[in-house]
Amino acid sequence: MNTPETSPISLEPERYELHAAPLYHFDLGRREFFKVLGCGVVVLFLIDAVMAQESGGGRRGGRGGQRPAEISAWLHIGEDGAVTVFTGKVEVGQNIRTSLTQAVAEELRVSVDSIRMVMADTQLTPFDAGTFGSRTTPDMGTQLHKVAAAAREALMDLAAEFLKVDRTSLVLAEGRISGKAATETVTFGQLTKGQKLLKSVSDKSAATPVDEWKVAGTSMPKVNGREFVTGKHKYTSDITRPGMIPGRILRPPSFGATLKSIDTKAAEAMLGVTVVHDGEFVGLTAPNTLVADRAVEAIHAEWTTKPQISSAELFDSLKKNAKASPERAGSAEAGTVADHKLQQTYTVAYIAHTPLEPRAAVAEWKDDKLTVWTGTQRPFGVRGDLAQAFGIPEERVHVIVPDTGSGYGGKHTGEAAIEAARLAKAAGKPVKLVWTREEEFTWAYFRPAGVIDVTSSVSNDGTITGWEFHNYNSGGSAIRSPYDVPNQKTEFHSTSAPLRSGSYRGLAATANHFAREVHMDELARVVKMDPLAFRLKNLKDPRLRAVLEAAAKAFGWGTSKAPDGHGFGIAGGTEKGGYVATCVEVSADRKTGSVKVLRAVTAFECGAVVNPDHLKNQIEGAMVMGLGGALFEAIRFENGRITNPRLSGYRVPRFPDAPAIEVVLVNRKDLPSAGAGEAPIIGIAPAIGNAICDATGIRLRSLPMVPDGLKEG
Amino acid sequence: MARVRQLHVNGKDFQIDVDGERSLLSVLRDDLDLTGSKYGCGEGQCGACTVLVDGVPIHSCLATVGGILRRKVTTIEGLEMDGRLHPLQEAFLKTNAFQCGYCTSGMIMSGVALLQKKPNPSEEEIVAGMKGNICRCGAYQRIVAAIKEGAKALQQGVK
Repeated sequence: MNTPETSPISLEPERYELHAAPLYHFDLGRREFFKVLGCGVVVLFLIDAVMAQESGGGRRGGRGGQRPAEISAWLHIGEDGAVTVFTGKVEVGQNIRTSLTQAVAEELRVSVDSIRMVMADTQLTPFDAGTFGSRTTPDMGTQLHKVAAAAREALMDLAAEFLKVDRTSLVLAEGRISGKAATETVTFGQLTKGQKLLKSVSDKSAATPVDEWKVAGTSMPKVNGREFVTGKHKYTSDITRPGMIPGRILRPPSFGATLKSIDTKAAEAMLGVTVVHDGEFVGLTAPNTLVADRAVEAIHAEWTTKPQISSAELFDSLKKNAKASPERAGSAEAGTVADHKLQQTYTVAYIAHTPLEPRAAVAEWKDDKLTVWTGTQRPFGVRGDLAQAFGIPEERVHVIVPDTGSGYGGKHTGEAAIEAARLAKAAGKPVKLVWTREEEFTWAYFRPAGVIDVTSSVSNDGTITGWEFHNYNSGGSAIRSPYDVPNQKTEFHSTSAPLRSGSYRGLAATANHFAREVHMDELARVVKMDPLAFRLKNLKDPRLRAVLEAAAKAFGWGTSKAPDGHGFGIAGGTEKGGYVATCVEVSADRKTGSVKVLRAVTAFECGAVVNPDHLKNQIEGAMVMGLGGALFEAIRFENGRITNPRLSGYRVPRFPDAPAIEVVLVNRKDLPSAGAGEAPIIGIAPAIGNAICDATGIRLRSLPMVPDGLKEG
Repeated sequence: MARVRQLHVNGKDFQIDVDGERSLLSVLRDDLDLTGSKYGCGEGQCGACTVLVDGVPIHSCLATVGGILRRKVTTIEGLEMDGRLHPLQEAFLKTNAFQCGYCTSGMIMSGVALLQKKPNPSEEEIVAGMKGNICRCGAYQRIVAAIKEGAKALQQGVK
């Protein structure tokens, strides 16, 4: 049985993401499309259509030009004129259900209400590698613009034919196409009736230029917002199936522990309890969750544990076990000629995503077919995991992802799905498994811890002359400095790490920016320059300069000195196509040790803005989340156990922690839209650290910076 | 173990037959299919399970159903009246005061309780009154704005 503790995922999450899965060769012919979707107009988006054509039968599975390869999305306009869009992307609170709907509404000139977005259903939507890496907006957003634009053009052709008028005289608005005369008007439904029109588009297809957007680019409210404020939306943990019973898993006392002996008699004697013991997997089902909890407690198990390193030894261990790096960039030695040299080490703790909805799954077997509802960012990946775990073909596994109670990169895997399916198989009934908070804190995966060594040199006039940067374990994304340094060497070192790690919102970029932007602040102090002026002196990138200047302006940087006991800090950077700069004001009390972030201003640029208010919401949220990792979030562990696996022991930001936040959007309509789920998180930690130093003179180089309050460094 | 056979929720009497030791949250969700109240931590730390009992906000994950007796339980599903949202629900929509929405039910229930006690709360009073609720997506500033907005609407008698 493929349990999470025996199959840790890669420790280099960014690379893991990029190579998440091969492209699926979709095997649906024209006839099947209309059998499934009904008559109408279907437009497919083909990834790299040229490649698909050239590669011929092998890739397409034969039968000439009928079978499209590597479809990433499709759109259907039915005989009733209803527009349905199918995408494998997952809604986890980033509001892509809304922004993708806007893209379609924009091109088809229909109201947002008339568009249904079918997402993340392995039986209905085309293959998608997953929702991560801030790729939905640049990839799926662009593709849906093109798909919907092609559908619009097809409808215009049909309308010209239908109305027998010149196509150029036609106008499309509010779901109908009209000619010059009042009688010349036709609805989508009239045009699609009896049609079996299949079109495909590729990356080269046209879409409405950004400066002509009317729906995209506006602050459309969340499309299904009412479902959330009324409690009606069904998350995975809210789904019920006929005869469904809850499940629970017996967890080992520490990572890697194996069963020595087990006695399940007392649990099995409880009314309605079924225990499943399959290798290292022990779980049970019960009539309700209270009985399930009692039954798990009634199991007597002895375990063989193995000694493991603890939090206190973490950073030494990461460096000691580092492997030679394949990711070597630059060769010059830092500081060959310099007025000042600086060498510092920065560390980053393991932290937990802590999605408020813990991992959950509902599994149901019917005639050897498995259906699983689960909150994952990789529905097709989880389908593969399930198929493998149960030795059945993927065609017999159906994964459905309801809009999920957040992920932040923490829900790439499908442990709960596999566990629920194993229990459901044994129980002969649908099973719901909702991980406890403690399970979520222990058996999910963490943002990797890391150590970063920086050596630099700077001349008296504030020019950086050398830069050497070594990241151990926390990842290579955004490891290169965006500043102009002639002699730059950066290196990522993989190492063996004690805890299971994986993707996280702005994962490596957060660590690399923390080290880099704090170090920049330190260098500015060495040469007695203003931290903003020092950055600008060493920076050509106009996009990064623009956000630094915008944030500084909104914050009032340089216009006054921080009051006593307060400090100002600034930091900036770029990640996944987004440019970010954050300024903060903190109050820090050396006597009481209290640190409070009072206000924070972030300027952000990610090309053309798709939905200004949702973008602001993402940026505000990223800043608050980043504040947690900056100040107090840390997973503590000892000998294979997490010692703070509860919200009472793992502090996340709450209302009193949130600063007054101001967001400045730099809207570059001339640039393609980039994703924004991750990049806005990278500036807040170094900005806070720099502000604490400004307030107190205490330089903090470890995330989290003040888990137990401010201490004299 | 004492059985509980009746529960008064959202103005209705429900006939049930459950172990009184079970949590109110699990009975609401699993037996009455009122799934708007969420499990987040099981230790009263996150507020996602907040419901009102006789108008007082409680963590339904920690309350046993046996301890509720005949008291009146109000969940998020009980706020909407004749198809009309509660002004605080409207305010959450207006201010986009959520992202994934998983904390939203608990936030709104805590907010409703706060506004019953303090119809015109200051920013500090909102922060103090809401600090038992976690929004992991970090929409705190918007939730504060939503509660201010909801307070205004309630005072103006907008229903």
